[in-house]
Amino acid sequence: MLRFLLERFGLMILMLAGLSVIVFITIELPPGDFADRQAYRMKSTGVRVTEEDIVRMRQQMGLDRPWPQRYITWIGNIVLYGNFGMSMSQHLPVTQVIGDRIGFTALLALTALAFTYLLAIPIGIFSAVRQYSIGDYFFTFLGYIGMATPSFLLALVLLYFSVMVLGNNVGGLFSPQYADAPWSLEKGLDLMNHLWIPAIVLALAGTAFEIRTMRATMLDEKNKLYVTAARARGMPENKLLMKYPVRVALNPIASTSGWNLTAIIAGAPLVAFVLALPDTGPIYLNSLLDQDIYLSGAMLLFYAALTILGTFLSDILLAVLDPRVRAGGQG
Amino acid sequence: MASTPGVLGRLRLFRKTPPETKTNQAEDTYYTASQFQLMWWKFRRHHLALIGTFLLFIFLIISLFAEFIAPYDPFTRDAEYLFGPPQRLHFFDETGAFHFPPFIYGIEFAMDPKTFLLTITEDTSIKIPLEFFVHGEPYRMLGFIQSDIHLFGVSDGFVHLFGTDKLGRDIFSRVMFATRISLSIGVIGLLIAFFLGIIIGGISGFFGGRVDNTIQRFIEFIRSIPTLPLWMALAASLPKEWPPLQVYFAITIIIGLLAWTHLARRVRSKLLSLREEDYVTAAKIAGSSDQRVIFRHMVPSFLSYIIVDLTISFPYMILGETALSFIGLGLRPPVISWGVMLQDAQNVRAIALYPWLFAPLAFVILAVLAFSFVGDGMRDASDPYSR
Repeated sequence: MLRFLLERFGLMILMLAGLSVIVFITIELPPGDFADRQAYRMKSTGVRVTEEDIVRMRQQMGLDRPWPQRYITWIGNIVLYGNFGMSMSQHLPVTQVIGDRIGFTALLALTALAFTYLLAIPIGIFSAVRQYSIGDYFFTFLGYIGMATPSFLLALVLLYFSVMVLGNNVGGLFSPQYADAPWSLEKGLDLMNHLWIPAIVLALAGTAFEIRTMRATMLDEKNKLYVTAARARGMPENKLLMKYPVRVALNPIASTSGWNLTAIIAGAPLVAFVLALPDTGPIYLNSLLDQDIYLSGAMLLFYAALTILGTFLSDILLAVLDPRVRAGGQG
Repeated sequence: MASTPGVLGRLRLFRKTPPETKTNQAEDTYYTASQFQLMWWKFRRHHLALIGTFLLFIFLIISLFAEFIAPYDPFTRDAEYLFGPPQRLHFFDETGAFHFPPFIYGIEFAMDPKTFLLTITEDTSIKIPLEFFVHGEPYRMLGFIQSDIHLFGVSDGFVHLFGTDKLGRDIFSRVMFATRISLSIGVIGLLIAFFLGIIIGGISGFFGGRVDNTIQRFIEFIRSIPTLPLWMALAASLPKEWPPLQVYFAITIIIGLLAWTHLARRVRSKLLSLREEDYVTAAKIAGSSDQRVIFRHMVPSFLSYIIVDLTISFPYMILGETALSFIGLGLRPPVISWGVMLQDAQNVRAIALYPWLFAPLAFVILAVLAFSFVGDGMRDASDPYSR
């Protein structure tokens, strides 16, 4: 078990290192840099900008050095000092810009993940046990719709529902009176009241997928001999289900939870943008548009790191659930 | 999105079980049927897949003949009818008399004195009959068919089946043209993914060993990156001054570049397992050349899987393009795609006041469903001997 953990941990660190290079290359891709954009913006407000000004700006921001050198500085600062650089558009350290918002994104992702499993596992079991029942068809239909509808549309529809029917205010994660208030029980409840929309939206596609996985494995397992044997021994049906087929069916669910988290994180910025959530989504979008590379780089790295962490955790979960994985030392 | 491969493929309900009793004759035809015929029989049993095929056929017709089906040019403005609601086709008038072709009522404008909102109502005193094959704006279809005949239209004024947008442009016409662009993005993206997948997966499966290991780790690595944020980052890196057509191709490439991993895995695993198959060994022993073994025996047996995988990953391409264009990082006007059209519908106000702006969404959903149904049916059919 320990060897397995160490192996997986080593792999995770390696992947993180590789990722940081990809992230850096991606954010370096745009032709033209922040100095150009800044110059363009100043020009459009009527300020006269010369070539020398741009060169000076570039020097000040350290953009004139070759990219490997900049990469080393960038990653070195992150690893050694936890310093993600300066956000060039907001003149603040990146950590300060996204610091308190990262929490919301992580909270949102985890809530969505929790929703996914809380819904998918019972529904999947139900669909398998009552195969071809009306309920089964209903959830299948819902699954198709859930996968075919773009998340942002669903977000809009639920938002409309929440505003028109439930009388909440538009968008955001807090009602106006709590937005700047210190944390309290009421503020927490208010947050919960707003959090469910993005969480459901983000969870939907994954839920549909997991329901199908759960249903398919359950159908395979429930007619196997060991289940019949248990039934022949006179085991109560409910206990039997939980103890035998469900346990086996949880394996593929656990092993895909990493992908699920990846999908949730991938959808998060878009949904956050539509719902105007005060999390990292809108900032990410703006930083991309502004070519604020240190900010967008930090965010992309953060999104990717979350998913890699998720994969690592799902590996551990799988090892806990399935002794074969522990023994074999491979996922 | 693409990180949950085969999601749609897992839905395999509504399959009819084969009839239990078969006459001897039917059994004979079964055993002598060609591979293709077996596949078709199996596919035919999948009702949703047939519906999906029908939908795809309609989409194809729309993409090919958008100019003819759309009553107007996508940029023609009906300046009197801004944010106009869809006009209903009526088959019966107020006396209950049946009309064919159907007609639309005239429009009446009224200003709400309190909110200053313009309300548009039907004026039942004016009846405008719909006409088929009318002469309208001239166009050049597919670049060489010159004509001015449109499938339908009205002789006087405009007809807006899906309403109009903020500039008074006919949404129905625009959706027709958007269908062409959006689907073409999917197709080109798929081709890119197809080539990359075949080549990289082929190398991985053919050489095996260390090369295989490296490529597999690399694929795992790529798949761990959340797709949409990476797409956003790549799309944002396109220069702002590029012309729309260049942006279009760049977006297509970006979407295609990230979708090949699943296919590469499939090709690799198929190649690896096929190497061990009896019939491959038999062909080798019989003295077939490597080339013959690969193209005559191995490729046909996994080609169907590849086609299935391509069909199943199509929805992700459509959704990816729609999402990117929706937030303004993808295609830009004057190019019209479903996502570009949805840019107008970014807020709750649009749902509340102008719900018809969401018409392109129905097309997105239908296209995604159609492709997943067909993919599902093909997956079942690709293995015609399994029950």
